[in-house]
Amino acid sequence: MNRYPLWKNLLVLGVVVFGTILALPNIFGDDPALQVSREDGQAVPEFTLSAIRSVLEEENIGYIAADFEENAVLVRFDNVPMQLQASGVLREALDFHIVALTLAPRTPAWLRVMGLKPMSLGLDLRGGVHFLYQVDLETATQRYLGTYVADLNTQFREERLRARATPEQTFITVQVQREEDREAVAEIIGALNNTTGINNPLGQADSVIIDETIVEGQPSYEIRLSESQIRARQDFAIQQNTTTLRNRVNELGVAEPIVQRQGVNRIVVQLPGVQDPAQAERILGATATLEIRLVDWENDAFEAQRRNRPPLNSILREQRDGTPVLLRREIVVSGDQLVDATSGYSQGQPMVSIRLDAQGGQRMLEATQANLRRPMAVVYIEEKPELVERGGEQILRTVREETVINVATIQGVFSSNFQITGLSPFEAQDLAPLLRAGALAAPIVKVEERTIGPSLGQDNIEMGRNAVMIGFLLVVAFMLVYYRIFGLAANLALFANLILIVALLSLLQASLTLPGIAGIVLTVGMAVDANVLIFERIREELANGNSPQASIRAGYEKAFSTIADANVTTFIAALVLFMFGTGPIKGFAITLSLGILTSMFTAIIGTRAIINLIYGSRQVERLAIGGGTP
Amino acid sequence: MQLFAKIPDIDFMSRRRIAMFLSCVLIFFSLGSVGTRGLNLGVDFTGGMLLEVGYSGAANLTDVRNALADAGYDIALVQNFGSANDVLIRLPPSGEEEAAVVRDRVLDTLREYDSSVLLRRIEFVGPQVGEELTEQGGLAMLFALILIFAYVMLRFNRKFAAGTITALVHDVIVVIGVFSFFGLNFDLSVLAALLATIGYSLNDTIVVFDRIRENFRVIRRGTAESIVNTSINQMLARTLITSFTTLLVLSALYIWGGQAVNGFAEALIVGVIVGTYSSIYVACTVALALKVSPADLLPPKRQEIDDMP
Repeated sequence: MNRYPLWKNLLVLGVVVFGTILALPNIFGDDPALQVSREDGQAVPEFTLSAIRSVLEEENIGYIAADFEENAVLVRFDNVPMQLQASGVLREALDFHIVALTLAPRTPAWLRVMGLKPMSLGLDLRGGVHFLYQVDLETATQRYLGTYVADLNTQFREERLRARATPEQTFITVQVQREEDREAVAEIIGALNNTTGINNPLGQADSVIIDETIVEGQPSYEIRLSESQIRARQDFAIQQNTTTLRNRVNELGVAEPIVQRQGVNRIVVQLPGVQDPAQAERILGATATLEIRLVDWENDAFEAQRRNRPPLNSILREQRDGTPVLLRREIVVSGDQLVDATSGYSQGQPMVSIRLDAQGGQRMLEATQANLRRPMAVVYIEEKPELVERGGEQILRTVREETVINVATIQGVFSSNFQITGLSPFEAQDLAPLLRAGALAAPIVKVEERTIGPSLGQDNIEMGRNAVMIGFLLVVAFMLVYYRIFGLAANLALFANLILIVALLSLLQASLTLPGIAGIVLTVGMAVDANVLIFERIREELANGNSPQASIRAGYEKAFSTIADANVTTFIAALVLFMFGTGPIKGFAITLSLGILTSMFTAIIGTRAIINLIYGSRQVERLAIGGGTP
Repeated sequence: MQLFAKIPDIDFMSRRRIAMFLSCVLIFFSLGSVGTRGLNLGVDFTGGMLLEVGYSGAANLTDVRNALADAGYDIALVQNFGSANDVLIRLPPSGEEEAAVVRDRVLDTLREYDSSVLLRRIEFVGPQVGEELTEQGGLAMLFALILIFAYVMLRFNRKFAAGTITALVHDVIVVIGVFSFFGLNFDLSVLAALLATIGYSLNDTIVVFDRIRENFRVIRRGTAESIVNTSINQMLARTLITSFTTLLVLSALYIWGGQAVNGFAEALIVGVIVGTYSSIYVACTVALALKVSPADLLPPKRQEIDDMP
């Protein structure tokens, strides 16, 4: 007799029922929808929802439903044109809100209450943009090191020391021009490592490494960042960049965006549903930022340009008409202290109105107080990637282009709020959102882009579905013809296997990609292998003259270790794929490994339960397993 | 229905010299083809840009090519993709120009030529990322082989493990050779298929080895060669049926899955066929050549598997 204990039958039944419930959210489809959320990430208040409803009713745009979903409001529509029309209207009507196009699953409330969601589709299935950015960490640390230069020179001057700090590629050289100043200079430099110093914001003990050398016959010091400091700066730069990119993505109004660090120095950005990569990139990849510096009015800029050497503690820049300007080396306000920027008109002139954070405001206040009636400059900085040869290798480097867009005399003391004028209307309009989206701590370079148009995504879904269905039907038909009742059991198990894969994917919320679908198709083909092994073994046992019941038992038992071995080795391959693969490959690895796991269960325990139910508790003369077996 | 009325008795191993010769020829040609013709590597590995666009009607490739050449992209590779309406444009990595600039200019050019053009897909891979993907792919392959070798050695022994790995390397080389010979596009999904081939071929090999191990214990008489033969014959029906069902779904994927998974399906179809052959001839032949014998296998260890189905 072949009977499963009750608990085992219940286990099989339980797993299948549980899997079916988990997989259920996938059959309801989606509505085109708008997701309205607040720019600051706070929950959308009740009155905004009623405002949305009344705006849509006023404009006569029909919607299916408008309800809260987590912190946002989700408005569902019948079709895409209505969704698009409503998005325009709502964007116009709602300030400080992000209106994003999205697809809302039609999951019924009772499933949603249980927290069940349909599978999340990868970009290749729903359309969208995938960018991979590389953060130029070398430049980030270089720039940080550069901030020491001005501070050092100021201190040298204050102490009346004859020494000069100059920035090099990866270090700073401090040349001591008078031998008797050497000790005092060494002390100032040594103070860089003081944990309490203002020059050491991270408060780490050994932030710089100081080496003594000789440059042009003069005793000198080379200052470079310590390993730990470099790492700290780089981590900071990546984190800051990720945050900035996330803010920029929010400006774009995209539902369910992904902004994530990948590996040491990369950031991945995924924008589902975005159809125009150029527009997305203008906002994302824009590396424009502002700096505000005092103008060095004591020295002659033309003279400096002619000699091509700015005075100590000054830098030479050009205005847009090519006129040279000398700027003080220290930055009054940098882009990351900027809170808001809006464009508009002031007395008929296009302008950008700027708001700074507390720290920036304080520095602005101090600078304007001390320099009333003196000129101040707004520097516009753009980062552009460039390929350079270094040691026979092509290396991506970022070139910094700085233009002085505005030089104005400080007319009064101000702090957090002020205006930049002297721009064309177009420039003012473009500049404001760029500035608003924040500054990047380090330049980024796009190293990968994958854009899938919405039509291709839809095609991919349909073709994938067809391939799975047709493949499934072909295998099912073959198994039925070849193994009869046993084939039927295998087919039921195969179907359960598909449900379980979908259930697990929904549960894990791992993105289903086109290669992922290929993985499912492959699983369908290979999952029956376990059953083929078992059934062939049963046939062998029958051919050897064993009784049907004994053959069933022996077939399952003897095939088990073979199946286990075969599946473990395939699982190893899938695991390696998962570890080494990125994006699409990972999707394939996930479905393949899930498929192996679920098929072990359905093909061995699942089919056995069915076979036991059919044959287990009675005297059997023949087994309907196909072939000429007795 | 039954594939064989009774367990077949084909003398596979007596022809193993011929098979060895065939395998050597296959490998020789594969390596030769890769050496002389190279691989038609996709942008995933070479870096560069790929744009797929759809027109409302059939697109005149020559016109598209000329329009692009006028815009300064005479190096662009322009071809149909899937249907006459769809055009695939491929650009090698550009040194100076920013990727975004290239993309926008190419799209503008295409729009100027015909405003109905619809962007279907863009893939841009920087040269650095391309190099990394190639390196990662190679590493993945190596790592998979090492892990598999370790597992088979643990579960079987050194000789079986050597047979398994030889078969896998054989399969990988032949599939790559086929892709090189026919100039098929080798992209990331093909690499995934290659690793899936390893998984599949392995599965096949393990199943046969498992039976050999069992028969070494059960059949006391007979040479190693004859036992290997018996085992292959006993598993032949299963080997063919599983290959058949897998090929069935792969054909479905190839025909209905769309262009994007074509390369994947092609690689796996070749992989399944070669893998089936290699698990019989390459894996077993190597194991025999290493003089695998019942003595190699330790006295059967009782495996404690509770809840046997």
